[in-house]
Amino acid sequence: MSTENQPATPAEESPGESPSSEPTPAPETDRSPGAWGQFVGNLRNSPRLFRDSVIRHGRPTSDRAASQAVFGNFFLHILPTRIHFRSLKFRTTLGLGVITLVLFFLLTATGIALMVYYKPTTDQAYDSMKDIQYLVPTGRYMRNIHRWSAHGMVACVLLHMARAFYVGAYKPPRELNWVIGMLLFVLTLALSFTGYLLPWDQLAFWAVTIGSEIAQSPRELTDVLGITSWFDPGGAIKHLLLGSNHVGQEALSRFYLLHVMVLPLIMTVLLAVHFWRIRKDGGLAASSRESQVSRESSVQSPESGLPQASLDSSKTYGLMAVVRGRTPAVDRVMADTVPTYPHALFPIAALSMVTLAVVLLLGHHYDAPLTEMANPAVPENPAKAPWYFLGLQELVSYSALMGGVVIPTIVVIGLMFVPYLDREREDVGVWFGNRQGRRVCVATAIFATWCVIALLAFTINVGWLRDWYPRIPQIVITFVNPGTVLLAVFVAWSLGTLKRTNSTRMGALATFTCFLVAFVILTYFATVHRGPNWQFYWSQADWPVH
Amino acid sequence: MTHGNDTDTTITSDLETSRRFAKPHERRDFLGLAAIWSAATAVLWGLLGALRLPWPWALPESSPRVKLGPVADFANITREPFPEQRLWIFRDAAGLFAMSAVCTHLGCIVSAEDGGYFCPCHGSRFNAQGEPLSGPAPRPLKYLQLSVSPDGQLVVNQDQETEADVRLEA
Repeated sequence: MSTENQPATPAEESPGESPSSEPTPAPETDRSPGAWGQFVGNLRNSPRLFRDSVIRHGRPTSDRAASQAVFGNFFLHILPTRIHFRSLKFRTTLGLGVITLVLFFLLTATGIALMVYYKPTTDQAYDSMKDIQYLVPTGRYMRNIHRWSAHGMVACVLLHMARAFYVGAYKPPRELNWVIGMLLFVLTLALSFTGYLLPWDQLAFWAVTIGSEIAQSPRELTDVLGITSWFDPGGAIKHLLLGSNHVGQEALSRFYLLHVMVLPLIMTVLLAVHFWRIRKDGGLAASSRESQVSRESSVQSPESGLPQASLDSSKTYGLMAVVRGRTPAVDRVMADTVPTYPHALFPIAALSMVTLAVVLLLGHHYDAPLTEMANPAVPENPAKAPWYFLGLQELVSYSALMGGVVIPTIVVIGLMFVPYLDREREDVGVWFGNRQGRRVCVATAIFATWCVIALLAFTINVGWLRDWYPRIPQIVITFVNPGTVLLAVFVAWSLGTLKRTNSTRMGALATFTCFLVAFVILTYFATVHRGPNWQFYWSQADWPVH
Repeated sequence: MTHGNDTDTTITSDLETSRRFAKPHERRDFLGLAAIWSAATAVLWGLLGALRLPWPWALPESSPRVKLGPVADFANITREPFPEQRLWIFRDAAGLFAMSAVCTHLGCIVSAEDGGYFCPCHGSRFNAQGEPLSGPAPRPLKYLQLSVSPDGQLVVNQDQETEADVRLEA
């Protein structure tokens, strides 16, 4: 819980605060020289007057002035004036949300820079990429920063999601914000995928060909049922994405439009709602246990300079008579909070600078790849998607429909609905909840690791249904393949955990840990151990030479 | 979840019983509902129409029927690749036939190896007849319709599938 209102500092007009800057007013009677004098005086003072109108406060010297500095500033007012001390601890958030936001800003800025030269047509796109690489001053650097920020953003969104899950930040009243977070996750992946096509090189062309064919894979089912000719959702989605049967100019136009306009707009709106909801839901998820500790310690430390809290206070802050619902309790909140300026702002600024420095260094040292120009006749071998889709690509190599559409949909919707299925309110704000939670996570991690590795080893060494029964109908493989088996085992394990521990929270922890472990191992496996023809190799050194 | 003191509750309940939240008059309510629903229907209908936009009546593509060359040129071949059209033309005792090189899994181009076909993207393997042996491909490689144009050229229709045993006698 943190302050939602600004009790200590109502933003009243205080004339003493704004600098009185009228230069020696002339007497009223002497009109024309007075106005002239005023004009000249104002002109002479205008730099100072302008500065004072922009920077309204000096460096705040009191808690009250610090609160006002945050409250009165358009760019800072998304932050509360006071913030729960626990929200500022690094281990609460690991700074992941802030890093993600900084990367989003970086992507926007470098994206706009790249749009100056980029031309979204099939015969000019690749050449304009080369221009950006070799002719445009800082062009290559901009593209590298864009590339690294995109990779970093996907990684940070994933980690941010894991953080929010393991501290139980999805629980009521934060269910909706978890759902919005999942939407932002999907949007981030969609932005990465649409951006992938734009260079129009071999990698781009074949990754998007595969992606759009995955969208078409419901045909795997409709073909078997023989209804494709009049009910073809797969074809409709593919045509929606590509505007054609093949990846060509229409596809490039649509992906460009999505990448630079539609998806960023949706993302900006959802981000705003995401931040707004953090405030409305009472700040970051905080543990009541730690609040207790702080109340005891705040009695000793006069750091906050606030009156000692009385623990059984029934006073609350609320918008009288207008809003009902959760309102922060007066004393508890004040005792646990510190002014946002400088206690939150400085760490945020520092974290932003570190993020920026890391991305700039990466962009300086490692160039974003650009393969040969797109050639529809010859696929890359192996044609690998970006790393965050490689786990999916491994599943897709068992069944396009299940691995590319059904399993991801089940996982995303399943995770989205976790807050509505697990409504236990204990141990919110604590990593893994409690000792039992830690045990469940470790047990699940071991079990899931074993499952994934065993299944991969089995599939590679022994094969799968079609290797044993060449005449087997496709529909059997669609429903029974390593991907679906893994999903079924994990669902069973999660429900088993729920039943065994008699706790929905434990079931949720097991579910998410299964997802995370499978994601990490499959991604690693497809990155390192899959080579030409998607065959297994211990390392890239063993790849056959073509 | 504390709700402050008594004043809070009183004012809130005042608000709830105020005119704005008064019990709706039924006839006026009917008109209101009618207005809302007709507006909603109009918007929804318009939206559904607008959503049709991304699917054009005709896809911007060249004709699926392509001339591959004079039929006479195919008299002595066994297998002839056409990389641009992504297919092979075969000749056996019965005549000519065409097989697509597009993998039925996710649209990569298969290559001929060891008397069969391999897909580089996800490792599907097909036998010489294009039937899947292993990997994720859900169905055999496609056989495409062949015909002869009036000027004696071999024409393939890339959108028209045929049975595997159909031959063009030429």
